[in-house]
Amino acid sequence: MALKIVKGSIDRMFDKNLQDLVRGIRNHKDDEAKYISTCIDEIKQELKQDNIAVKANAVCKLTYLQMLGYDVSWAAFNIVEVMSSSKFTYKRIGYLAASQCFHEGTDVIMLTTNQIRKDLSSPNQYDTGVALTGLSCFVTPDLARDLANDIMTLMSHTKPYIRKKAVLIMYKVFLKYPESLRPAFPRLKEKLEDPDPGVQSAAVNVICELARRNPKNYLSLAPLFFKLMTSSTNNWVLIKIIKLFGALTPLEPRLGKKLIEPLTNLIHSTSAMSLLYECVNTVIAVLISLSSGMPNHSASIQLCVQKLRILIEDSDQNLKYLGLLAMSKILKTHPKSVQSHKDLILQCLDDKDESIRLRALDLLYGMVSKKNLMEIVKKLMLHVDKAEGTTYRDELLTKIIDICSQSNFQYITNFEWYISILVELTRLEGTRHGHLIASQMLDVAIRVKAIRGFAVAQMATLLDNAHLLTGNTQRNGICEVLYAAAWICGEFSEHLEDPMQTLEAMLRPKVATLPGHIQAVYVQNAAKLFATVLRKHDGETESQAAQETSQLLIDRLPLFVQSANLEVQERASCILQLVKYIQKLQQKNVEVAEEVTALFAGELNPVAPKAQKKVPIPEGLDLDAWINEPPSESESEDEKPKAVFAKEEPKHSRSRHTEVDEKELARRREVRKQEQANNPFYIKASPSSQKVYDAPGVEHIPVVQIDLSVPLKVPGMPMSDQYLKLEVERRQKEKAERKKKEKKKKREKRGKERKADSGPESEEDITPAHQVDIVTEEMPENALPSDDDDKDPNDPHKALDIDLDKYVPYCRHLQFIHVLHIVYDIQGNHQDESKVVVSVIFENKSDSFLKSMEFNVLDSLNSKLQRPEGAGAHDSLTVPFQLPPGQDTHAFLFVSSVSVSIVAVCIDCFLMQSDESSTHEKLDFKLHFTCTSYLITTPCYSDAYAKLLESGDLKGSSLRLEGINMPFHHLLARICFHHHFSVVERIDSCASMYSRSIQGHHVCLLVKTTVSIDAKCDEPSLLGNVLDEIKQTFSKC
Amino acid sequence: MMRFMLLFSRQGKLRLQKWYTATAERDKKKMVRELMQVVLARKPKMCSFLEWRDLKIVYKRYASLYFCCAVEEHDNELITLEVIHRFVELLDKYFGSVCELDIIFNFEKAYFILDEFLMGGEIQDTSKKSVLKAIEQADLLQEEDESPRSVLEEMGLA
Repeated sequence: MALKIVKGSIDRMFDKNLQDLVRGIRNHKDDEAKYISTCIDEIKQELKQDNIAVKANAVCKLTYLQMLGYDVSWAAFNIVEVMSSSKFTYKRIGYLAASQCFHEGTDVIMLTTNQIRKDLSSPNQYDTGVALTGLSCFVTPDLARDLANDIMTLMSHTKPYIRKKAVLIMYKVFLKYPESLRPAFPRLKEKLEDPDPGVQSAAVNVICELARRNPKNYLSLAPLFFKLMTSSTNNWVLIKIIKLFGALTPLEPRLGKKLIEPLTNLIHSTSAMSLLYECVNTVIAVLISLSSGMPNHSASIQLCVQKLRILIEDSDQNLKYLGLLAMSKILKTHPKSVQSHKDLILQCLDDKDESIRLRALDLLYGMVSKKNLMEIVKKLMLHVDKAEGTTYRDELLTKIIDICSQSNFQYITNFEWYISILVELTRLEGTRHGHLIASQMLDVAIRVKAIRGFAVAQMATLLDNAHLLTGNTQRNGICEVLYAAAWICGEFSEHLEDPMQTLEAMLRPKVATLPGHIQAVYVQNAAKLFATVLRKHDGETESQAAQETSQLLIDRLPLFVQSANLEVQERASCILQLVKYIQKLQQKNVEVAEEVTALFAGELNPVAPKAQKKVPIPEGLDLDAWINEPPSESESEDEKPKAVFAKEEPKHSRSRHTEVDEKELARRREVRKQEQANNPFYIKASPSSQKVYDAPGVEHIPVVQIDLSVPLKVPGMPMSDQYLKLEVERRQKEKAERKKKEKKKKREKRGKERKADSGPESEEDITPAHQVDIVTEEMPENALPSDDDDKDPNDPHKALDIDLDKYVPYCRHLQFIHVLHIVYDIQGNHQDESKVVVSVIFENKSDSFLKSMEFNVLDSLNSKLQRPEGAGAHDSLTVPFQLPPGQDTHAFLFVSSVSVSIVAVCIDCFLMQSDESSTHEKLDFKLHFTCTSYLITTPCYSDAYAKLLESGDLKGSSLRLEGINMPFHHLLARICFHHHFSVVERIDSCASMYSRSIQGHHVCLLVKTTVSIDAKCDEPSLLGNVLDEIKQTFSKC
Repeated sequence: MMRFMLLFSRQGKLRLQKWYTATAERDKKKMVRELMQVVLARKPKMCSFLEWRDLKIVYKRYASLYFCCAVEEHDNELITLEVIHRFVELLDKYFGSVCELDIIFNFEKAYFILDEFLMGGEIQDTSKKSVLKAIEQADLLQEEDESPRSVLEEMGLA
């Protein structure tokens, strides 16, 4: 044996330590993988040794390799071994490795429960600390359930070092095991007023995280936090509290009003930018939630905007960025206050930092109005030309389109201008957003009827100059616009000046190099154009032009018939056949135009996104049910050979079908029409949507005469500028006219009041260049209005939505009507086994101030209040705080000592209170100590457990729970949690559990999925009581 | 709450990673790679914040090392920047003008310091002093573990 150890130690001297490994890796840069694989082999050898120091060294090296990206999950068990070393040095390494490598899927985690529990209750605070830190990284639902009680106890540890860690880890425990939130909450709340600032800030952190997810449950804490906010000087804590208020105010507007003042004070006084930023953000959030019903908040908004302007003007890029970010929040509710800083925002577009430019762009989106849209977009177009790097330029492009198209083109007064902007954007090289421009073109052309004439002309020019767009293979993205151009020209071909020319442009051989889906649209729309041309020449007998057109199609279409793209091929051959047929008719001088046009009759209306999804499934319709029962497989097998011999049969039956007479057919058609009319899924010509188009007057809107032959490029000046100029002129003219009218009115009024000139034009003054009818998207008639299909059902925070003010079944409540509300909780004490800790929360429900309170217990044989040294046997404890009237809640902790046998006992207590007029009152109450309070969650290994059961010292008893329908693991969790048991082993349908009373009595349970509990204990009275309490717990749910 | 913290070098070598939410190994690797690319591609004069997936990234470069934190949408960027700075100060105090090599060769120490400073993605202690004290005490404990054992003792001969 000794020899073996000596050998191990000598080996160890030659082992690589971490430094050697790191150095080695750095020296083997060329063959790192090979070097590391030899290292891993060495590590595997080291892990096989008994020496824990060697193992720890190996695990440390593995942790390093894990960071480099190597899989070390195979060593999980070794990590657990190192974790359970008694030496802090190794334990520390073990926990570090575990926190880096373990996750919920690691199966050895279940082996760690007892080890962690042991470490948590270690007398050495650093052992406990290391265990808590590690656990915070890899806590699983099982661990959370088993250890929740232990950690809760640690929240009242004497050392603040442990307390703060315990408080912080509770958040992770809540997430994994939501049931623990309610019982732990009183203690957590208590920690908000911990004497140690670290513990206090930890508690603030945890409650803030909780409250941010489910704010409504934490409203009652607002007064306490308010006090903290006005008294704390720690910026880290202040930021958290202020953030918390930001989450609470939307639910309680009164709170917001109260907050504004201290927050503005902080904004004025603080020098810390982080705090300033947080305050500004929260003020904005508060004002947003208050936006109605608070008259005097414009000052606060002004203050915020002012401060943000300072941030944006700062040379620090970070502050600039955040300033813009916060500005965009104000913009949503108070656009006017931000719009006055347009100059500053536009300046930011020139910043060398791209992320700042993007933020500024975001802001511009919200800042546009009818008045400044054209100007802003002009600036942006300049930036597009200057921009380096395609990503930023693409971003600019999307922003321009977003800005213009927002809220249904609300800010566009001149659609010719917008179309020309879109056409200009097609000149961008290498953009990825061709489809975006295309969809805008389609959208505008379809929805703004008045613009179609202009749009079609522009698109025709685009088609004619298609070689400019497709010439460069790099500019492939942009050829998407040809898709839109072809469709628009085809669909609205009646507006085309020279359809023949466009048709020719669409059938050029070069088109065959375009992507398939675009070619398909080309072919289809060529047919529409063909129809238009025919109609144009309708009535002319023996029209040469019409026949030439047919010939053109017949000549060019075969190119598409050969296309590799199936859709192009199909459409081309269909249309080719059609045209050939038409040509024959033309040669016979048959009028065809009308019939060909009829092929493309009818409007295509825009359909709202999600329209289909929003139609509710009618009652009684099961979409998963078979319409016709599918033939069973055996049947079809039987049928196959039959069919070979019985070919004649089906023919008969089919012929019978066709014998239906005309009358019957007409009847059926009628029935079908009826059905379709009642069927929400059948797309029919709805009279209501038709109305939108037939609105009187739309057709007769005067359209500004525009020179349709605007070339694609105007030398020297982009053409959208022309519209800008036109628009400005128009507006000035309008303004002048309006003034004239006003003057007239004034003259009529004899100029009694000289009204100042209306100064800056208000939004309403700007009239669109021509009345536009923006068609809204269609929605099915019975669509549901709700839009909340984006919520994540798997959000872990959902489970934490627990109303904490509700009465808690496992903390006991006492209420003295109108005066005092007391909540208390009893826990065994790990340090001293003869004591239990009673936590009490007093809540003053009266209107008067409770100045001093005294608390006393009438000592009995079973229980005694632990009094400070030197106090007499009957002296009472002074409660060390005063209770102002109202909701304020305070917590208080004391220890009571216990002796003799443990049965449920009641302690007679009384509380003396006095208020200002010094009236004394004595309140008597009983604290009910359940047996469970005396149980301490104690780990037990299965072999020890088996020995205990075999010893025969234990008396048995059993219990059946009726009417329980919860999953088995929930049942176990409840027993663990409420009655301080731990699971020793779980095998299929039963689980063994163990707990120990503070006086050392063992309690063993065997819980079966049939919800029967067999219990054994060396103290029969304790056993009976515990079982009764378990029964009670489950009768409550 | 902070989701994770990464330290990596100018060359894109990971020096430290701490994840405060359980993440599968594969996702971790993917995220680290992606994020390193994004951050390293940024120009020196750019601001320290960026939006990435549903997270906010706050990073700062100290000498050859990038310190990079991912925080949630409602977290305060400036305070996160301060957290990074505080961590660097702590490393500096502990190692005595820290450099990248210190962190490479004593990576476990760097983790211990981080663990005393942050836990579960939240700041554990806002006081530098108490963090350093905790580390010192724990180190002392470790030395006690190691020092009294002579080679002979270790061999089981004493």
